[in-house]
Amino acid sequence: MKMLNEFRCVFPAVSTNESLARAALSAFLIPADPTAQELADLRTVISEAVTNAIVHGYRNSSGDVAVCLRMLPDRVLYIRVSDKGCGIPDVEQAMTPLYTTAPEEERAGLGFAIMQEFTDSLAVRSSAGNGTVLTMRRKLGQIHEEQES
Amino acid sequence: MKMHYDTSKRELLILLDGEIDHHRSALLRNEIDTALYAHMPSVLILDFRDVTFMDSSGIGLIMGRYKIIQPMGGEIQIQNPSAYIGRVLRLAGMERLAKISEGVSA
Repeated sequence: MKMLNEFRCVFPAVSTNESLARAALSAFLIPADPTAQELADLRTVISEAVTNAIVHGYRNSSGDVAVCLRMLPDRVLYIRVSDKGCGIPDVEQAMTPLYTTAPEEERAGLGFAIMQEFTDSLAVRSSAGNGTVLTMRRKLGQIHEEQES
Repeated sequence: MKMHYDTSKRELLILLDGEIDHHRSALLRNEIDTALYAHMPSVLILDFRDVTFMDSSGIGLIMGRYKIIQPMGGEIQIQNPSAYIGRVLRLAGMERLAKISEGVSA
């Protein structure tokens, strides 16, 4: 599909980089001028996805997280977050609200529920031992021109 | 993060601030729990007025504190979430664990 802009980055799976991923997304979205709610939703979405890769993909072992952001026609934002970690043996179970494999880390088991709620589509490609790729799309509302007063 | 303990009411007020993600929640958890075990309050008030971002790590933070205070016979109150944080709280069903109120003065 034709894309209007793209940003790709790779960073180590350490928790300080969760805020880096949010900052990268915010900067990427500046030209699209999203509403405050759209920006808040999408910052939450990328934070959940990157945290999942760090906490569950690598279980705090070392590795890289790759983020790809694309602006597609009709103001559709595409987000891909991938890791080469342990993978998800049972994707359906992982997406069940409140299910978590890391209760000792106080994970609420709501990451996927939030990602689904705040995007238009979410796809998960994963298998045990082969890492995880999350792809999401969210259509932004139209820009409302400021009225001259 | 700032905190204030009201001895007569046995209320521990925690003024959260900034961004609450997985990284930060691990730090906050230690600070809050130290105060929780020191005071054994009957009410833990989490004030979100200065919180600019929260993902499901914040929900885990609230749930974890609920599991500590509930067996002590205490309760959690959440106050002053922004519209956006209120949405995340409702999505997680936090109103079942805590009283959520908006527009509360300090």
